[in-house]
Order: sequence, then structure tokens, then C-alpha cells
Amino acid sequence: MIHSLFLINCSGDIFLEKHWKSVVSQSVCDYFFEAQEKAIDVENVPPVISTPHHYLISIYRDKIFFVSVIQTEVPPLFVIEFLHRVADTFQDYFGECSETAIKDNVVIVYELLEEMLDNGFPLATESNILKELIKPPTILRSVVNSITGSSNVGDTLPTGQLSNIPWRRAGVKYTNNEAYFDVIEEIDAIIDKSDTKIFNLIFNSVEESDNFCVSVASVKKFHLPLCCYLQNPRLLDDVSFHPCIRFKRWESERVLSFIPPDGNFRLISYRVSSQNLVAIPVYVKHMISFKENSSSGRFDVTIGPKQNMGKTVEGVVMTVHMPKAVLNMNLTATQGSYTFDPVTKVLTWDVGKITPQKLPNLKGIVNLQSGAPKPEENPSLNIQFKIQQLAISGLKVNRLDMYGEKYKPFKGVKYITKAGKFQVRT
Amino acid sequence: MLSLPPVQKLLRQLPAGSAGQPKPPVGGDTAEEVTSPVLATEARQPACYSALRADELRPLAGPEPVVATSTGPLSRHDDLKEMLDSNKDSLKLEAMKRIVAMIARGKNASDLFPAVVKNVACKNIEVKKLVYVYLVRYAEEQQDLALLSISTFQRGLKDPNQLIRASALRVLSSIRVPIIVPIMMLAIKEAASDMSPYVRKTAAHAIPKLYSLDSDQKDQLIEVIEKLLADKTTLVAGSVVMAFEEVCPERIDLIHKNYRKLCNLLIDVEEWGQVVIINMLTRYARTQFLSPNQNQESLLEESTEKAFYGSEEEDAKDAKAEAASLAKRKPYVMDPDHRLLLRNTKPLLQSRNAAVVMAVAQLYFHLAPKAEVGVIAKALVRLLRSHSEVQYVVLQNVATMSIKRRGMFEPYLKSFYIRSTDPTQIKILKLEVLTNLANETNISTILREFQTYIRSMDKDFVAATIQAIGRCATNIGKVRDTCLNGLVQLLSNRDELVVAESVVVIKKLLQMQPAQHSEIIKHMAKLTDNIQVPMARASILWLIGEYCEHVPKIAPDVLRKMAKSFTNEEDIVKLQVINLAAKLYLTNSKQSKLLTQYVLNLAKYDQNYDIRDRARFIRQLIVPTEKSGALNKYAKKLFLAQKPAPILESSFKDRDHFQLGSLSHLLNAKAVGYQELPDWPDEAPDPSVRNVEVPEWTKCTSREKRKEKVEKPFYSDSEGESGPTESADSEPESVSEESGSSSSSSSSSSGSEEEEEEEEEEEGSGEQSEDKEEEEKRPKRKEKEGSRKAAPGSPSEEEEEEEEGVKKAKKKAAQQGRKGHAETSSEEASASESSSSGSDSGSEAEAKRKKAPPSSRAGPKEISLLDLDDFTPPPPQPIPSSSIVSTSLVTDLEGLTLTDTSLAPAMLSPAFSTVRTYELLHRMAGEGLSVEYCFSRRPFPGDPHMVAVQIQISNNTDAEVKSLRVSEPKPLSGMRIQEFPEIECLAPGDTASVVMGIDFCDSTQAANFQLCTHTRHFYVSIQPPVGELMAPVFMSENEFKKEQGKLTGMSEITEKLTLPEKCRSDHAIVQQVTLAANVGRVPCGADNEYRFAAKTVTSGSLVLITLERREGAAAQLTVNSEKMVIGTMLVKDIVQSLAQ
Repeated sequence: MIHSLFLINCSGDIFLEKHWKSVVSQSVCDYFFEAQEKAIDVENVPPVISTPHHYLISIYRDKIFFVSVIQTEVPPLFVIEFLHRVADTFQDYFGECSETAIKDNVVIVYELLEEMLDNGFPLATESNILKELIKPPTILRSVVNSITGSSNVGDTLPTGQLSNIPWRRAGVKYTNNEAYFDVIEEIDAIIDKSDTKIFNLIFNSVEESDNFCVSVASVKKFHLPLCCYLQNPRLLDDVSFHPCIRFKRWESERVLSFIPPDGNFRLISYRVSSQNLVAIPVYVKHMISFKENSSSGRFDVTIGPKQNMGKTVEGVVMTVHMPKAVLNMNLTATQGSYTFDPVTKVLTWDVGKITPQKLPNLKGIVNLQSGAPKPEENPSLNIQFKIQQLAISGLKVNRLDMYGEKYKPFKGVKYITKAGKFQVRT
Repeated sequence: MLSLPPVQKLLRQLPAGSAGQPKPPVGGDTAEEVTSPVLATEARQPACYSALRADELRPLAGPEPVVATSTGPLSRHDDLKEMLDSNKDSLKLEAMKRIVAMIARGKNASDLFPAVVKNVACKNIEVKKLVYVYLVRYAEEQQDLALLSISTFQRGLKDPNQLIRASALRVLSSIRVPIIVPIMMLAIKEAASDMSPYVRKTAAHAIPKLYSLDSDQKDQLIEVIEKLLADKTTLVAGSVVMAFEEVCPERIDLIHKNYRKLCNLLIDVEEWGQVVIINMLTRYARTQFLSPNQNQESLLEESTEKAFYGSEEEDAKDAKAEAASLAKRKPYVMDPDHRLLLRNTKPLLQSRNAAVVMAVAQLYFHLAPKAEVGVIAKALVRLLRSHSEVQYVVLQNVATMSIKRRGMFEPYLKSFYIRSTDPTQIKILKLEVLTNLANETNISTILREFQTYIRSMDKDFVAATIQAIGRCATNIGKVRDTCLNGLVQLLSNRDELVVAESVVVIKKLLQMQPAQHSEIIKHMAKLTDNIQVPMARASILWLIGEYCEHVPKIAPDVLRKMAKSFTNEEDIVKLQVINLAAKLYLTNSKQSKLLTQYVLNLAKYDQNYDIRDRARFIRQLIVPTEKSGALNKYAKKLFLAQKPAPILESSFKDRDHFQLGSLSHLLNAKAVGYQELPDWPDEAPDPSVRNVEVPEWTKCTSREKRKEKVEKPFYSDSEGESGPTESADSEPESVSEESGSSSSSSSSSSGSEEEEEEEEEEEGSGEQSEDKEEEEKRPKRKEKEGSRKAAPGSPSEEEEEEEEGVKKAKKKAAQQGRKGHAETSSEEASASESSSSGSDSGSEAEAKRKKAPPSSRAGPKEISLLDLDDFTPPPPQPIPSSSIVSTSLVTDLEGLTLTDTSLAPAMLSPAFSTVRTYELLHRMAGEGLSVEYCFSRRPFPGDPHMVAVQIQISNNTDAEVKSLRVSEPKPLSGMRIQEFPEIECLAPGDTASVVMGIDFCDSTQAANFQLCTHTRHFYVSIQPPVGELMAPVFMSENEFKKEQGKLTGMSEITEKLTLPEKCRSDHAIVQQVTLAANVGRVPCGADNEYRFAAKTVTSGSLVLITLERREGAAAQLTVNSEKMVIGTMLVKDIVQSLAQ
């Protein structure tokens, strides 16, 4: 399936190559570079490129292109998903998936790739198993290694691979079982202005508000079957599970029953549809205007929390991609700080915490290129925020049952609501 | 090396040779390099690599030991080689790390091959791993040297640790050296029957590797695939289906028997395997089931909506098809297997892996009834939140689906709204979906959304939006005017791209119904004053010219204006002005004659030759003169011909003939290796092919189930029913039943019955995943059960069906099943009849055999001749009613002085009476003395390492032969001969029988000696058939398997053969095998397998024989023996014997 893999950095250097079948020359990447040039923006490089003899399927992660070479028919998602899994594994191992991290650990990277794929078909992709085969580098270990001359390959052979449960090692046992659930919900929304008038201060129509809620359960130190009861599971419109969850029980009882893998993992992802009207926790008042035939415009944005929450909205950051005609911005922020990058035309306003008493406001003058026509579109505002101790969908982890042990396991649940792709059109 | 003297350092730095090739250093410390023949290739080291310094690599290789730095700027390769040659693992490791870093950067490191390959046997697991990495990368380039490493892997293949076995196989199969294909083949075959599912998985991975290396191996590989497909472990399933897809996707028949199992296992298979299996099953289902939509087509088809998209032809075609299907309409009942697939894949829509979700989605799209397809929409929409690459692929598929099944995605319309931060390619795909979803009810929302998009900064996206609006307008009549008006407004856009796109779209829209839109044309005519974009101006002029009859008053005026500004216009506009003038001249020459002439005159002197050409051409064509040709008459037809309206349709239309989710679908072109998704068959193929009838050894049962079975009385069922699920080769059953009924119940648990019992249990097993432990324990337990209880009866069919997990489909399937069973059982009955009549003696023999064991135990004491020392002790767990009775034991007993006629039975006598006698001395050559010998198969009393040869001497002369003896034995090295005691005197016509012992040293070399009489010497030689060089061994099934596991790889020889007609019954096979070789039978769980074991007489190495019967007459013979020569010859002999 996957013939070869090339890692390419943003400047177009191939800094790592790995072949699982016969060797494919680096020149195959020329087709990729061509497409990259054509696309201008990195995001627009088509993920699948057809060349006379090969197909290139690529992903872009953390400023690295993972370009895989395919020779025969294969579901493209299969490859894409796998490449992302590779990137995740690097992240997991080295803390970051950057060019330097990969170059510094090139041998480990190579060993990982060797284990993850056999003849182009995934072999071991679960980090639990991989970590047993190849130990992740730590500072201590690298010091020890340089002295003793040993490296990161596991001495003992793993047994987990041989169970029928690929995500779990065999023989995990802890004296203390602790389970931590992080319920992280993200709100995706596009908030439209109600009509096309530019000087409209009130926005009222919520065009879309999809709430994607992601529960990352970091069930550490656990080796027993767990049963997790949710308070109102009917809320969930659509769910996807980690393979450890027993689907049958969910279907019949809406109970999450699973034997947790070791370490952090995403237990379920769910979606609460916009039918269950979920309140948007913030509102934005904005007035952005460019005057005809003048080289300036006005910019005035205020962010405020909806009152019904009772929790503070923190970590608010607003980013705006300004039109190309904008030269510079002269703004004053009542709270936080703003930066404007004249090259990329991106305005970033780091607001921080919102206090309802004094709403943060950013106001000022926009300098336009003289002579250039007035931009016809107002930029959309992308907003990030975070609310602790709140799951906006109303989901709760009610109870946690454990089998095979008499004492009650320690259970910690943390709720966070975040902005996902939260966009306000102006 | 650490203390390299400075002089030698210098020596190394010297430029070496004119071609820049480093010569072997003069230094004495590199002596090992010189002595090693492997290193001869070093001289070929390309010069360019020395350019790279060691210190360049240092950051890649992590902290470097002191040694590496101390060698400083030496040629890096020497440096690495030295490190590799050193005794310290740490140095080797360091060197390997640096080499791997080189490989990773795409640098050539092939010249280090000899130095690296030596370390393949390194004890250090880390070094080993890296050496493997290196080998796999460069073995193809250095094939000869790569062969040096093969033996290491072969050793690894026999390692007790499954992971080492697996990794050895992985590397061995990754080395692309054609010469080792046979070795790879052997290794794969062997690994395919490994105990560890992980090794079997690796074997499945190795199959495509070998296939790509040598496609001639296909047939053999298919066999392995077939075997692995039957595997019950989830670990193997995905990989083997992958191999199936790469090697033999056309052999869909291999899937039949495994279909239900695959469906049931699917949820537990690892995610990558799921994708492959689902895709394969989609194809399978398309060939095996009927379309679930064939009858509902007319009911559920969104016929009103279809009108927007489908051309009329298509509708007509559909109508025809509908009529046809109506004609032969019969109530559609979904095949239960079809339903099983749909039901078992549905939960996978919740998978976290996008590829799995997509695979299920395409399966539903292609296979599910229309009413059920909707479930996939939700999951696909969820994927839109994933990485942008995932979004890209998913949206492509959603676009295709949304054309066919619009209703499915309508509820999720808002999920396809576009964010300004989306990449352009995603935006355009979302737009495509939105357009596909547009209908009368939601069009206003969509158009409002489009209005937002039109103001986007991304101009490509704006252009796509305009086209989308155009498509909405063509599809939905209600909004056509609104759209047109909106587009007309866009004509005043500053951006040329937007205007051009708008004009093009407007043009297309107007072409559809020009009569109604004279207003818009008028409006556009007015725009000519304001619009500066040349492309737009040109388009407007074309429109006015084309429809000048609809705007008779305005058109000449526009021409007047244009004529005025003609000289200042852009070229494309000028050309359209000329066109407009020509068209007006033809329709309205009265008003425009002068204007036309003016324009043509202006054009005549234009700077651009295109325009001058055009003017000349048009003038000749339209202005009638004396010279003007025949074309003049047709000028109007030429210019004002009806031009067909362009069709605005999605580029995703009809893409669904590619399997969704595939690369081919994404590229809209057939990719290499793409398997067409076949059309539904008109008639469903026979569904009974999926009924699993052949029990699999690997199945396992839960204890409860087994109990249940065991308690059933064995004889309660009539014969016809008792073996309904067995294939025709169940003679042992009928035979043993016959004999069992006559013998006491305690003796009824003979080997053959036990086999059957096992088999029954296996049939009843469910689809649980394999439990190795249990599997291992099972035979023992079974033996106990067998001894405790009467053998079980067979389960009824219904039960089986249940256990196959087809409860819902029970009724139908059971019917089919019954049909199938009836057939087989009748077949079987007849087969058993014929065989039982033909082998009455055989059944008797069975009975005898059963009686034999007690006497065999008692035997030794009574019969002094029997030397039990040679016998391997009986199996550790004493089994009272010993089920393991080897024929050879009986033979042994029988061959002794047992005179009891009941113990010299008919069945054994063939085995024994056909013991071949060989001529030692012919009557003629021996001057009347003829000597024959045979292998009595008894242990030779004097020496257990000798083969007993029975010699029969007949005196055909008319005189006495005196002092017959062996003399001057000239054995080959190591061979020993124990002569027989001298025969004093042999009377004429008399025959004497003596026994001599020969130690053949486990070889088939002849033993030469002289046979002396009182007068003559005869040079004679005895050459043993390989089968006589061994003595039977008793072992349990478990022991057998254990031993067999050790004797794999090179020591396993497999041969396929076809059993002749008369040699298909159990006892015939056993007889032929025991005839060919002196082996003991080993009990076996599967009824189609026969196992034998023996030890070579001299060295005591095990020889294990497995004969596995396949369908029909096919069979496979496997011999495992350390002595490969013996193994090979034995295979030949047995095959020959069976073929007789």
C-alpha cells in the first residue's frame, strides 16, 4: 500500500525518506513541489496528486509535509489517517512533531516507521505497543545511553501485540486505580450578521452552531473494566468511540463500558447538533467600515459574555484576517494587547479574561493603501475562548463503576468548554 | 583503534589511487579487512561519499562516543567499518545509528554492505534491528552478499519466541533477492501454520512481498491465503484479506466459506484491517446478492428531483429499466447474509478512524436499501471536523453521494457552510455539496449564504460561487430570475474574474430561454457604458448579436456606440464588434448597413492582423458582390445558427461508478490495481456456498457447548443424520460404527471415533476468537472425555445454524442448509456403503486393532523376542482404553510369534504380506542359490541402532549348501553389519530364514558384503528404502504438534499429490503410508489429517509425517525431519506408494 514516505519541510528540503518496498527516487517529489508552487498557500496543496507512475498522498502537519508514495489503488483516507497517526506518534514521542525533533531522533523515527508499517500495511500503530518496542527518549535516558551505549530499543519483547486487543498491553496491574476524565467541549459556530447592511450593530441570527464535544479521558493506572454512566446521554447526536468501548452496551443501555488502554486516550467524541439550541457563551459587537475614496477606515469591536452562564470566560483571543488593502492599524485596546502583522495582514488581540463589569473593547483607525479601491468584504472574526468547569451541552459523568475490585476507584472529572471553529461574520 | 598511531592516521588521509578509490590501508590493524573475503568489494566505494564528514553526521546520531571523534576527519567509511568490526556492541551500535541516519537522509550507504552484513548475527538486539533496517534497504543492490544473512533468518524462524520468528520472517521476506524465493516460500508456508497468530499475521504480510518479487508463485501463495483466510483470529484477518486483494482479488470463491466469519469478526479486527475487509466485502456482496433497490426504484426514487439533474435520455433509460424490472418483479427478500453484512458494519460508523467510517459509508451507499443509506450521513458529517486532508476526501465523496441521494444530507445543510478560514479547495468542495443539496425549499437560505461568499477575498472561490449560482438557477426554475438579477449586478464588479465568470454564467442562462429575457439583454446593453472589463464587454456584445432579434431597437444603437469607440477597444472586444455588425447586417441591413461598412473599414486598417483577417472574411461573406461565392446565400445560417445551450452540471455526476472512497473515485480515473465494482447480478448465485460445512481445526468451543454435545448419545441418531455435515470422507465413522456395535462399549472410544468426536465439537463451535490455551488443553481433555463417555452424537442442523449467528435468517438458511446437507449425506452414505463393502476386512482389522492394545501391554513379558528397549515409552499420560494404537505396533506384534489367528487379521496382513521382498541374489546368479531379503520392521535384538533385515535363503540346487555365512563386510564409513549366524547346512529345496542387523547410519547407501557358501562367494549389497531406516514412535497429538513446531523451515518438506480412486479411504491411506515407511500413527483431531511419527534408527531423529486431505482427491503431504535428505526421499516414496 504505502510504498515510501518523504518528509519535506516548508522550504522544500526532503529531510527524511523511508522505503517499505523497493526504493523510489526522490525525484518523485518534484510533482509535489510543482503542485505546491501552484497552490501558493500550503493549505491548498491537494492531498492527492497523480503522477505518471505513482500517486502522492500528503498531509501537512506542524510545518512538515508527509508525502507518501502509492503505486496502486488504496482508499486515500486510509493513507491520510495513517500519516496523521504517524505524526501523532512523533508528537507523543518527542513532545513535538517538528523538523528538529525528527532530525535529532532520526534513528528512533526510523525504528518507529519500521514497526508501524510492514510492506506498506500498518502493523503496530497503538502507542502503548510502540512504546514497549521502542522506548521514547528522555533526557535521563539519553545520558545513560551515551554512557552505557544502549539505546531505545526495548530489551524485553512486548506481549501486548499478541493479545487480541491491540490497544492494550497485557499484564497491566496497578495497586491504585485512578481514572481522570476530561470532558472538553468545543463550540463550532458561524455567527452571521442578520442583513447585509454594514452598519449593523446587532447580530441576531445564529446560522450555525454545531457543538462538537470531545471527551478525552485520561484513564491512568487502570486495569479493570470500567463502566461510565453519563447523565443525559440522549443529548448526544452522534458519537465515535475508541475501539475499547463495547458498542453493544452503548446501543442498549447508553453506558460506556470499557477496559481502558494504558495512558491518555480519547474515549469518545460526540456531537450535539444545533437542534438542541445551546447558548453561545459570548457575543461580539462590531463595527468595521471602510470609507469610499479615503485611505482609512474604522474598527470597533467589543466582546462580552452572555450573562446566563455564571462562569467566567477566559483565554479569549480574537484573530482577524484583514483585507489586503490594509496597510496598518492604529488601535487602542481597553484590555489585553493586540498585534498586527503587516505582511500576513493578521490582527491578533489577546484579551484574556472577560469581566462583565468592563467589557473589553478594541477601537481605532485602519490605514488603507492609498488609491486602492475599498475592500468589499469585511473580515470575519475568529474567536477563541475557554470556560472552566462547564460542559455547555449539559453532559455530565454521573457514576463510574468498576468490576473486580471492592473499593471505589478514584474518579476525577474535569469539564472545559472551548471555542472550536468560532467565526463571527461582519 | 582507539590508540591509532598518528602515522597510520596520516597514511589513511593520503589520497588513495588515481581514481580516488581508497586502497586498503597499509596499517596492520586492518588485517581483518584483508583476510575477510567479503570485504573485497570495498574497493568499489564511490568517491563522492568521502566528501561527507563524520562530524556532519554527529548531530544526527546523537551523542557520539569518544572514539568516533578521535578518529577525526578520516574517511568516514573506514571509520564506520572499523567500528562495525570491533568487538564492542556500543561501537557497533553507534556505527549503525550513523548509517541509519545516512539512509534516512537518502544518502547512499551501500558500500558499507559487507561490513554491516557481518553483524546480522549480532547478539545485541538493538544492533540487530538496525542491521535489519539496513539489509532491507540495500539487499536488492547487493544480492550476493545479502545471501550471507539468510541463514541467520532461517535460524530465527525456528526461535521459540514468536516475536523473533515474526521479525525474522518480516526481514527475510523484505529482502528482495529473487534467488531466495523458494526459501521465502517455505518460510511463509511454515509461518502460516504457526501457533502464534502474530507470526501468521506476518506471514500474511509476506505474501504480497513474495508475489511482487516472483509472480510465478501465485498458485502456491493462493493456497497459503486460502489457509489463512480460514484463520479465526482477528489479528490475522485484516492482513490476509490485504494479501488476498493484492494477489488474487479475482478469486472471490475463496471468500464464500469465510464470509460469515469475516462479518462476525469484523468489529474486533484492528482498524486498518477493517477498512480492507469492508472494501473487499463490498465487492463480494455486489457479486453475490441481488440489488435491494431493484423493485423500490420507482417508489423511492426522488423522481421530481431527478428531473433537475438527469437528462431526458437517462430518464427514458430508467423508465425502460423500471418497466423491465416491473415485468419480472417478484417480492424481494434480502439474503440473510446480505443483512448480516449491513448489520455488522453499522457499528463501525462510530469508529474513531476516518478511513473505517468512510469504508462503511461506501458499503452502505453501494449495498444498502435506499431507506437505510441515511444512517451514514451523520458519521460523514462528523468527519468534516477532522484534518483538512480528511475533509477534502470526505467532501469529494459526499459530493458524489449528494447527487444521487440528496435527501440524505439535507438535514446537515448547515454543516457545509463555508468559513473564511477554510482552504480554497475545501471551500470549493463544500460549495459543490451545497449546490447539489439546493432545492425549492432551501434555495433561499443557500442563496443568502452564497451572497456572503461572493464578497470573499478569495477570488477563485468567488468564481466558483458564481458558477454555483448559475447551476442553482438552471436547476430551480423558481429562482432563475433572482439569480439572473443577482448575477447581472455582479457584472459591475471590479474584479475581472468575477465579471467574466458572471457573464459566462449569464450567457449560459440566457441561452436556455432567450425570449423571456430581452429585459436583461437590454440591461446588459446599457452596461456597456460602464463596464470596462474587456472580457465582459465582449460577452455582452456577443449576447446582443446573438439575440439581436429580441432587442431590435437597441442592437443598432449599441453598434453605433461601439463603432464610435472602436479604435480604443481591446482586441477581443473589437472582434465581437465585428461579429455584432455582421449579425445585424444580416438581420437588419436597412439600419445597420452603413455602420457595418464603417466598422469593417476601421477593422481593415487595424494594427492586429486577426482583426484585419476577420474583417476581410466577413466582408466577403456577407456583402453580396458579383464575385461572392455560393456561401453568401448561407451567411445567415452560418452566423445565426441555433447554438445549443451549455449544460451546467456537477463534475461529480456519474462518479459513483467508481467505488466510493477509492483513489480512483477521487481522481475520477482508474488507478492502477483498481477493482471494478461489479453490477448487481440478475440472479443471485447459490447462497449455500457460504454454508460452512468443513470443520476447521482452529475453531474452538466453549466448555459448555462441548458438554452439551458430549452428553448426546452417540447411537441415537440414524446413520444418515449422524454425519450430515461431514464430507464424503467419513468412512472411519461408518467403519467404526460397524465394529463398535460388535465390540464392547468400553472399547468403542477408539481413535477413529475420537476423531469424529472432536470433529463434531468443532463443528458446533461458535465464532469466538481463538483461545490458544484452551486449544492446547483440548486434546487432553477430549481424551479424557472420550474415555469417560460414549462418543457424542452429531448436532442437529438447526443448532449449527444458530451457532453460526444467523438466527434471524435461520428459517431460510436452514432450508438451504438442509438441502445441502441432504445431498452430502446421501453422497456420504453411498460412499460409506461402497467402502464398507469393499473393506470388510478393514473394519475387522479395526476391531482387531482395538483389541490389540491390552495385549501389546502384556506382550513384552510373554514374548521374549520382543525387545521393548527400542520402543519409545508410551505417552506420558496413560490412557486406559488407549486410543493411540499404531498400526505398526500391530504389525510388530503380528510379525512375532503370535499364532492366534484372530490376531493375524486380514487387514494387517495386507500391510504385512505386502511387505516388499527384495532380491539379494538371483537364482541364476547364485547358481541355484536364491536369496531374498525383506525388512521385518522388528527391532534388531542385538543393537537398537541396527535395522533388522530378514534374509530368506532357498537352496534350489540339488546339493546341500554348506556353511552359509557373511564374510568380509565392506561397510562404508560408520556402517556396521551384524552378521547372521552361519547356517551349517541347507538341504536341497529347503529354505532358511535368518535375521541380520545393519546400521545404515541413516543413509540409503547400500551395505556391501559377501555371501559365502562352502564353494562360492557372492558379492551382494542391501540397499534400504528410506522408509525402513526408521522405527515408529508413539506420541500424543500435542507432542506431535510441539515437535512439528520445532521442525519447520528447511526441515519441512511439503508436497501436493492427488490420491487415486482406490486410495481415498482412511485405512487405505494408512496402509500405504505404513507400507512405504516404518512409522507409527499419531492420533489426530481433524478427520482429514493423518499423522505418523518415527525416529531414524541410528541417530534417533524424529520424522513426522502429516497427510492432509483436501477437497476431492487433492492431498498434501508434509514431512518434518531434521534429516533433510531422508525427508525428501521419504516424501517421494510415500507419494509413490499412495499413487499406486
